[in-house]
Amino acid sequence: MRRILSGNEALARGAWEAGVQVAAAYPGTPSTELLEELARFPGVCAEWSTNEKVAVDVAVGAALAGRRSLAAMKHVGVNVALDSLMYASYTGLEAGFVLVSADDPAMHSSQNEQDNRRLAVFARIPCLEPSSSQECKDFMRLAFELSERFDTPVMVRTTTRINHSASVVELGDRVELPPKREKFPRNAEKYVMVPANARQRHPLVERRVQELRAWADSPQAPNRIELRGREVGIVTAGVAYQYVREVFPQASVLKLGMTFPVPENLLRQFASQVQRLVVLEELDPVIEEQVRLLGIACEGKSIFPLCGELDPTVVRERGAAAGLPTDRPPVPRPELAKPPLPARPPVLCPGCPHRSVFALLAKKKVPVSGDIGCYTLGYLPPLSALHFCGCMGASIGVAHGAAKAGIKERMVAVLGDSTFFHTGLPALANVAYNRSNVLTIILDNRTTGMTGHQPNPGTGVTLQGQQAPALDFEAIARALGIQRVATVEAYDTEALEAAYKELVATDEPAVLVARHACALLPEERKRWVPLEVLEEKCTGCGVCFRIGCPALLKSDELDPETHKPLALIDTDLCTGCEVCAQLCPHDAITTREQVAAESMA
Amino acid sequence: MKQQSAYNFVLVGVGGQGTILASDILAEVGLEAGFDVKKAEVHGMSQRGGSVISHVRWNREQVFSPMVGLGEADILLAFEKLEALRFAEYLRPGGVAVVNDMELLPITVTVGGTPYPEDGALQRVVEALGGKLRRVPGEALAKEAGNVKAANVVLLGAISRLLPLPEEVWWRCLERRIPERFLELNRKAFQLGKSALPPAD
Repeated sequence: MRRILSGNEALARGAWEAGVQVAAAYPGTPSTELLEELARFPGVCAEWSTNEKVAVDVAVGAALAGRRSLAAMKHVGVNVALDSLMYASYTGLEAGFVLVSADDPAMHSSQNEQDNRRLAVFARIPCLEPSSSQECKDFMRLAFELSERFDTPVMVRTTTRINHSASVVELGDRVELPPKREKFPRNAEKYVMVPANARQRHPLVERRVQELRAWADSPQAPNRIELRGREVGIVTAGVAYQYVREVFPQASVLKLGMTFPVPENLLRQFASQVQRLVVLEELDPVIEEQVRLLGIACEGKSIFPLCGELDPTVVRERGAAAGLPTDRPPVPRPELAKPPLPARPPVLCPGCPHRSVFALLAKKKVPVSGDIGCYTLGYLPPLSALHFCGCMGASIGVAHGAAKAGIKERMVAVLGDSTFFHTGLPALANVAYNRSNVLTIILDNRTTGMTGHQPNPGTGVTLQGQQAPALDFEAIARALGIQRVATVEAYDTEALEAAYKELVATDEPAVLVARHACALLPEERKRWVPLEVLEEKCTGCGVCFRIGCPALLKSDELDPETHKPLALIDTDLCTGCEVCAQLCPHDAITTREQVAAESMA
Repeated sequence: MKQQSAYNFVLVGVGGQGTILASDILAEVGLEAGFDVKKAEVHGMSQRGGSVISHVRWNREQVFSPMVGLGEADILLAFEKLEALRFAEYLRPGGVAVVNDMELLPITVTVGGTPYPEDGALQRVVEALGGKLRRVPGEALAKEAGNVKAANVVLLGAISRLLPLPEEVWWRCLERRIPERFLELNRKAFQLGKSALPPAD
């Protein structure tokens, strides 16, 4: 049966067909749909773990228990999980363990574009790189087989254009594997990584790399030479292979399905068959460096860019400029008399429960240390109320460091509910323990918003929709020893400001939970009611424009006295959160109650 | 549009407008019509009301790159006018820009005060690229069909006019994606979109 599958759907299908039994992940673009898809298959225990490190530990535990397991995450998630990946490389496992690392060249939805093939090299584990959805599925099974054959974690490394592209896949059946063991292994030399044991393991890890290197040259390995013209030979992998086939149809190709370790004999053979050897890969010169280490001369990053993602246009332009034979000349870009185009950055949605918090913080003019989530968008004008964002969980520690350094301003940290459980919790314990006066605001929208509404430990349900205890932020903060704690309705601007004032009145750590469910959740959508501007009351003062709501527009009508444009609400967008109505100094925006009364009349 | 062995589509719009669903359906239609197909899109942050772009490619033999190159799109399907202008360079000479005739003002316009480009710019840019501009009142036709949210199906109906495929092929794919109670409405939306374009393109 043939179906169009995204890379993520194909990876999930491949893991299922390979008999995976336990899968753990933390949501992150472009990896998220993999686990969501896998959770729909029978016979798989899938969970959203609290962070990527926990996900890898969970998968390792399952593999030690003799069941094939998978952990999936975005590239920067592997940083969080790296400590666990490193021990797993030393210990090996009892059954296959595959780590999917979904990299994000061009940073469509990320804070950096690190090339995680380097982490596979670093961890001394094999790295497979599919270049289509079919290969996503096929390589997943191969990855489990490799993991078991060589007693190693295996990285399947994808990129946004693999995860979020779709192509046709031939489906297969699941192999049902009996568990490899009934009991947890008791094998201290292999599984207790104290120095004496780890010293024994390290040479084994290096020997494993040599064995994998030899296997890379075998016919079973996913590496192949496609001999065409002899003038140019291109070594490539991942989505770049598709650009090579498109742009250099005459070139010979060495397609690597495994990019660490590379096949030495195949590379030497290929290099001897072509006049000019070129490596085309996205991001870092990971293949190129390995080729050079073999003493084989090649070109690569001297032609193609290291930063950003590749596409056929870039590959054709750079290739033609370097004298490589392209399918056709690069398209000359006509001079277009385009007017200046206003940018369209992503914005906090209409009805976003984070907006009122940023409106308050902007008013208070306090320094705000932010975190990773929809709420990072609070940095954008007109709110401009977030002044730092580094990585998951960094908000609280950075605010604490600035406070301890003796800065005169009151530091505020903001992070979401899911991010709090991810890595915010230890940082808050640190604030409580080392006593700084940081005000931590947890933006509790009852879900993981940016990645598309995954539940988390605060939500009260699991990935499968089963009930779970909803962890209580207030109780957690108090248990850590923070006495000044409050929870408020995020849409209530007065309550928010009153709570804020009370919490910053004393010089000690404080936690404010601003709670309202994400406006895009199905239950919230049911209560959407568009509000209206009362033209006779609006003076065009512009207070409502300062909260940056996409539903608030400037009308063509001007106030007769101030000559400023009146406010206008786009009723297709407005959800009726009333934040603008509460902030309006002239009561010129209707409340939900007024709208209801009007419709009754 | 004459019979071709390959077609490139670029769909652009604003996060939340339904470009991803439309590109899903377009990919399915290609497969149903016997092409090899690939599709590329982006999820995550840009979907929060930012500019979005999806690529769909059909080829009788084999599609390699999932992404369309600049100057290679046979059809640029824009859900919003400013986004049509932003991504116009994807259109090939002789290609058709099918543009939903509506403006969604970005925050840089509503609050930032940057002017929204004047309406004539689109025509000039598409002409400079050697393409044809076809405007479709997507929302108005969707309302006429019964629900403003069917605008993406109106637009698919419009581009179906440009492609030499039997209408049943479109219907088999739409029926798989649309709940039964909305089928009649969407059938009407598709027809209205189809009639919105001149047949000679």
